[in-house]
Amino acid sequence: MSRSIRLFTFAAPSRFYWLTGKLLPWLWATAALFAVAGLYMGFFVAPTDATQGDAYRIIFIHVPAAWMSMVLYLAMAGWAVFGWAANARLASMVARALAPTGAMFTFLALWTGALWGKPTWGAWWVWDARLTSELILLFLYLGYMALVESIDDVRRADHAGALLALIGAINVPVIYFSVRWWNTLHQGATISMTAAPKMAATMLNAMLLMTIAFWAYSFAVVFLRTRAIVLERERQAQWVLDIGLRAKGG
Amino acid sequence: MSWGSFSEFFAMGGYGLYVWGSYGVALLLMVGEPLLARHRFRKALSQVGQSVEQDY
Repeated sequence: MSRSIRLFTFAAPSRFYWLTGKLLPWLWATAALFAVAGLYMGFFVAPTDATQGDAYRIIFIHVPAAWMSMVLYLAMAGWAVFGWAANARLASMVARALAPTGAMFTFLALWTGALWGKPTWGAWWVWDARLTSELILLFLYLGYMALVESIDDVRRADHAGALLALIGAINVPVIYFSVRWWNTLHQGATISMTAAPKMAATMLNAMLLMTIAFWAYSFAVVFLRTRAIVLERERQAQWVLDIGLRAKGG
Repeated sequence: MSWGSFSEFFAMGGYGLYVWGSYGVALLLMVGEPLLARHRFRKALSQVGQSVEQDY
């Protein structure tokens, strides 16, 4: 019993607000540190690719951005559904806070993909399974954000958003396996759990460092946005009023 | 290190437009998004302060 209480301690918006306030500077620092290390490795240690020249260096942001676009969607759908099923307010707030960051990474994956596709495939865009399903992901994020903002009743908006996010989650395995299920122009999975890495160790390490940086960035910006949403929604709560008093120096 | 000079680094073996076009937009988005989030947070915090003023 005591254990379950401890587990849910941070489900209280007030605790979450306090904890993330402490974590944020460390998350930003981690993101910056790993980004600097990853960029140094990616531009000054990793060699020029034998077939793609230096165009391949786009991979250091393209692949981590694409990974984050899928991971953040699953996190968003998961928290949205949990917030709906368990009637947990904070979970719904986290789901809303995840959407813009997920949309940003989806756009970034598409953008860097276009800039990589042009010199290597000769086209900015092709209606290929991987690219099309990733574009649908962007529309799912935008649709989710538009839906939850368009309904005035906050909890009803949360529930409607959860339903949309849940149905849209089908798209994530489609993106991931698209390169296997269909004959596509896009190359296969960059990292495989079962096969030895196909890329040079320095290239792989640069990409992994950037991935850690993107993870830390995502936690930081999502926590910051969740804190804003908590203050917006819990304006009547005593602990929020106390914060207001302290901010006034009262 | 694979770069002889700064201009060589900037040229990216002829792929400068594509590489820097990718990294430039990534930088813009990943600086802009936290600034927007911070703006939203500060706005929410100041509104909490205002509602306190009204209540007390």
